[in-house]
Amino acid sequence: MTDRLLTWTLGAATLMVASLIAIIAAFLLNESLGMLNRVELGRFFTDSGWSPTMSRFNILPMIVASVLLMAGAVIVAAPLAIFTAVFLRFYAPSPVIDIGRRIIEVLAAMPSVVYGLWGLVVLVPIIAAWQQPGASLMAGILVLSLMIFPTITIVVHSGLAAMPRHYIEASQALAMSRAYMVRQVVLPAVRASIAAGITLGAARAIGETMAVMMVTGNIVAVPGDLFDPVRALTSNIALEMAYALGDHRGALYISSLLLLSIVILLVLINEFIVSNKLEH
Amino acid sequence: MQYLFDCRRITALVFVVSWIGFSASHASDKLRLLATGSSTVAPVMAELARKYEQAHPGARIDVQTGGSSRGVADMINGLCDMGMVSRDLKPSERVLHAYTIAHDGIAVITHRDNPVDALDRIQLIKIYRGEARDWGDVGGIAGVPVVVVNKAAGRSTLELFLRYLDLAPDQVRPDIIIGDNQQGLKTVAGNRSGIGYVSIGAALQAQQEGVPIKLLTLEGAKPTIANVTAGNYPITRPLNIVTRKPAQGAVSEVLAFIHSDEGVAVIESLNFVPVQ
Repeated sequence: MTDRLLTWTLGAATLMVASLIAIIAAFLLNESLGMLNRVELGRFFTDSGWSPTMSRFNILPMIVASVLLMAGAVIVAAPLAIFTAVFLRFYAPSPVIDIGRRIIEVLAAMPSVVYGLWGLVVLVPIIAAWQQPGASLMAGILVLSLMIFPTITIVVHSGLAAMPRHYIEASQALAMSRAYMVRQVVLPAVRASIAAGITLGAARAIGETMAVMMVTGNIVAVPGDLFDPVRALTSNIALEMAYALGDHRGALYISSLLLLSIVILLVLINEFIVSNKLEH
Repeated sequence: MQYLFDCRRITALVFVVSWIGFSASHASDKLRLLATGSSTVAPVMAELARKYEQAHPGARIDVQTGGSSRGVADMINGLCDMGMVSRDLKPSERVLHAYTIAHDGIAVITHRDNPVDALDRIQLIKIYRGEARDWGDVGGIAGVPVVVVNKAAGRSTLELFLRYLDLAPDQVRPDIIIGDNQQGLKTVAGNRSGIGYVSIGAALQAQQEGVPIKLLTLEGAKPTIANVTAGNYPITRPLNIVTRKPAQGAVSEVLAFIHSDEGVAVIESLNFVPVQ
């Protein structure tokens, strides 16, 4: 009796959260449709620039910026995070493990605006002293990799902790060196956790708004190199939504829809990698 | 352990939590006002609100920023009680009622270590059109690039500045685009080659707090409170509170407080020019 009630309560909670996501997606779709009926979809990629108040809606440079920021952050943070997780699990002396884990947990929970503020007052001036104007794709990638590094580390580390003990015992019985065991046994065994960590990190990177807006310079243009300023889709929504009306507002809703689609795509890719792994 | 997740307990918990939430939302139904809009007016309004709340226990004024256009849009959509707008109302916005609470100017700022002390309008136009890309072109150190900091669209500081320079938004060639005054101040303070423009009040306040910026003399006039008061500074503007209907009730009480001696003292302490 109690068990059945519990099942229903938990089911209802799950259904509520799931329908919330559906409601948000439906809302974005609904707000975008009006504009998509008036403005051809292709114009969002071929218009001569982004001046929504003058009916020019090219969001391609911002899509490129968001994807580059995300990819850059994952490329910098993922290897560091995997190394850190392996180090904490297999190499670190026990006092270091505890301190290290606490520090990473604090880093993971730090509000993004703190990272943004640090980036704005410390990192950007350092980059500016080297390559003007400082606020750039590079600054964004560095701040984002700092933000997603703890996320990936925690997920990979819990994957390592959950790995069956006999994998390690068997490796030791075969007199494998620790390095060989990590490479040949451990990392392949936690491939799903690594994929999950990277997916979560990438989703956090592409969705980040405040920190990115503070350090990337917010110029709408496809960057020529790492030191050019860029504007991410999220920053654009934050900078302009407050006063956008009519088609301008519609274009920002379409940007939101696009961001949601990218995140869904990331989750699907992760799903594909994990299920592929199970077949082998 | 099985009792921990007993459904009756969960149900009771849900009731308790909703009751707390419900009573919290009803506890403060005395007086609650929401002000949204200009990031220039917001710090003044926040400080005035704090003083007002001290004098009127039970009153609460929430202040949110997002630029003058948000203040206007929120007021038209009925989303706030007071819209904060740091410029004159445009003809299309004249359905709203504007109450000027202070005057301000727009200061051109650089890093404190930049040797340039003054610029004229023509030099500023060249800088913002991207024709003067080197500080040497406008009397500074040759070989140092000019990093042009511009405001995001929808900000009244941008509109007033461009109107003064007689430039269209797409003629500007910025290197960095910023949102509110604080981000502008931090960006210029962190870049020795930067040039930007922010509210005079906000810039003087930051300078007093030790932020390494310099306010440039524009067309021979220093950006000071005295010059704004006397009308000698080229870019000045009113800071307005806008409402949909003529101010009444709580809003008119707040406006009266702003114009009282105590309100005027707050405005002066933040380096804006009060309206007597």
